[in-house]
Amino acid sequence: MTSATPPPASDVDILVIGAGPAGLAAATVLAAGGLRRVIVLERETAPGGVPRHCGHSPFGMREFRRLISGAEYARRLADAATRAGAVILLRTTAIALGPGGILSAASPDGMLRFTAKRIVLATGVRESPRATRLVGGDRPLGVMNTGALQAFAYLERLAPFRRPVIVGTELIALSAILACRHIGARPAALIEANPGPSVPRPLAAFPRLFGIPVHYNTEISEIQGGARVERVTLRRRDGVTRTLACDGVVFTAGWVPEASLAHAAGLAFDSDGRCSDPAICAAGNLLPPLKTAGRSWCTGRRLAASILRDLAK
Amino acid sequence: MGISGPAEDAADVAIIGAGVVGLAIARRFVLEGARVLLLEKEPDILAGASKGNSAILHTGFDAPPGSLEHACMQAGYAEYSEIRAALNLPLLETGAMLVAWTEAEEEALAAIEATALANGITDVSRLRPEAVRAREPNLSPHARAALLIPGEHIIDPWSAPLAYALQALANGARILRNAKVTAGRFDGACWRLSTPAGEVQARNVINCAGLYGDLVDAALRGHSDFTIRPRKGEFVVFDKAAASLLGTIILPVPGERTKGVVLAPTIFGNILVGPTAEDQEDRARADTRTETLRALRARAAEILPALADIQVTATYAGLRPATERKEYRIITDPARNWITVGGIRSTGLTAALGIARHAYGLYEGLGHRHIPIPEPATPRVPNLAEHLPRDWQNPGYGQIICHCELVTSREIEAALAGPLPAADLGGLRRRTRAAMGRCQGFNCLARLAAVTGRRLAVPLAPGPAA
Repeated sequence: MTSATPPPASDVDILVIGAGPAGLAAATVLAAGGLRRVIVLERETAPGGVPRHCGHSPFGMREFRRLISGAEYARRLADAATRAGAVILLRTTAIALGPGGILSAASPDGMLRFTAKRIVLATGVRESPRATRLVGGDRPLGVMNTGALQAFAYLERLAPFRRPVIVGTELIALSAILACRHIGARPAALIEANPGPSVPRPLAAFPRLFGIPVHYNTEISEIQGGARVERVTLRRRDGVTRTLACDGVVFTAGWVPEASLAHAAGLAFDSDGRCSDPAICAAGNLLPPLKTAGRSWCTGRRLAASILRDLAK
Repeated sequence: MGISGPAEDAADVAIIGAGVVGLAIARRFVLEGARVLLLEKEPDILAGASKGNSAILHTGFDAPPGSLEHACMQAGYAEYSEIRAALNLPLLETGAMLVAWTEAEEEALAAIEATALANGITDVSRLRPEAVRAREPNLSPHARAALLIPGEHIIDPWSAPLAYALQALANGARILRNAKVTAGRFDGACWRLSTPAGEVQARNVINCAGLYGDLVDAALRGHSDFTIRPRKGEFVVFDKAAASLLGTIILPVPGERTKGVVLAPTIFGNILVGPTAEDQEDRARADTRTETLRALRARAAEILPALADIQVTATYAGLRPATERKEYRIITDPARNWITVGGIRSTGLTAALGIARHAYGLYEGLGHRHIPIPEPATPRVPNLAEHLPRDWQNPGYGQIICHCELVTSREIEAALAGPLPAADLGGLRRRTRAAMGRCQGFNCLARLAAVTGRRLAVPLAPGPAA
């Protein structure tokens, strides 16, 4: 990457990358703990991270002692951080990490450069797309992850399809079903490569409650369609194939940490979120295994507490 | 019928097909002073063979010496190098190594080197295994030898033909999309072509219909001199985390039994592997197969072992308009004021500008003369190459819509405006790289749907939430 002249560096105490539950929790604790310059960079136009896309409950029991929607939860987390004194910079994209707490970022007002005592990476996680899963066939419109479907349904209020197939039975598949209901779409089937569901027992009956057929031991071997998805070929573990008419495919889960910023800097984290550079640490779903928003919030708070102890030494 | 002369607004040439070849020809003819009308059956340009290739600017080192293909590749390479700065077209100077993995392949290198020298590519050199490793330390240690071809480079396979289109338009060409030629008749002086966009008139026709070239010839001339046999090539694209692993294009030694695959950096910062070569009947369907994609990924990891740990960002397939013969099928039909440019396969991206000059020569041979435009307009295309400055580095871009590829709302709006706006998601992706990164739309698809709305021929979201 090239850029004309490097912009002047802003000296800050803490730079948090990502205004999701983990990043906002860390920023709240750090600002409340007495650090004066706590800056949160968020590339989206609003803070909150993944919960912002979740129109459904339940969120907030751990943090606010009440059940609220994802969007309301996101707002409350951002308010808490701001009230504690943290500054959230929206539409600001972290570009590259340098050694010892240096970070460059892009913003609509120009390139930014920060030097921080500590950088907290809280960039979260995404789902594996179709390409990563090497699912063959045509490339019609209507193939996406749950995250994109939720953004269609709750942020943009658009329906990308009416009768999709949902792939996977982790908890997030239920979020996909709820998002479908929100836009008036009726899933044609829920398919799962394993012999049984990945979600805990009480939730396993959920799809059937909505009248969605569930096929275990089954994978999508091919997606077909011209402009939009028209059908998929399902292959059972015993080799039997059949086609199923649908107009979309939602690939759920297959969690991939959003780690490209750290990878590009040659950094890898241990399970506590530490790496070879003492100025950089990580929290939330950037670190496996996958956590709920509430658990991510906890890791952010824990990491922030340990940073406060470090800096007090 | 047939007595009345051409209408006032009749074009000098109608070009059928807005692939890289048709667009390069449109540009050349416009610059030479001809009135050009380009007809494309799809909603956007580059919808057929030109949308899926390996994006290599070839020297032509291994082309048959003395062949038209070789001449067009060399002329195309030279012209691309000459015009790219003015049109803002990128070049990633990688060089290529033709790597021998077996004894038989090693023995074959001598003949390939001789062909390269016969083709005037004199800077090739043989590399011993140590030199191969020194140049590409991450390559499998099983390389026995290589032929280094320093002039093979990587370009943007879509911004180049887009630049040809925009320069043609800026200098007076007309491009009609959704304009499939369904019938035509020639009255001895003028063609009248029927399209869904209405009847158009042109004194000459140049058939650049790619995968449909033989069908267009058959429908309008009454016969075709060749038959298209679509050859599918599947590709796998690796995440940008792989970019530092490879700096050189790795070419296979062509063998009797196996067709090897290319491993190459892309100008966008990825590494791609492919293509396969699968003959098929279908001219439209470029689907992939999971087994083939798995085999490609495995082959890539054999060549560059560290790729085993790198995620796949994208998969795609392209169709090459192969015919029953290897060579280009460029045919003039003077009695019908007709030129067919067919059978342009893997080398079309490199050769297009050279083919365009050749086609103009054939046209002059039919007795046509024009006065070249003295100072042609030279619109610059937006840069999408990773190693050059991108839009997000300049303030005032609105917001970044596609985070993986750092595509700004300013870029999206520009691609949806202007003389040749993107008409579908594919066209928007090719013009901006939106949704082409590692998350494949996880983050940006819904925003893109909202931003593009009804401006795309096939909207990303067919309807509002119920």
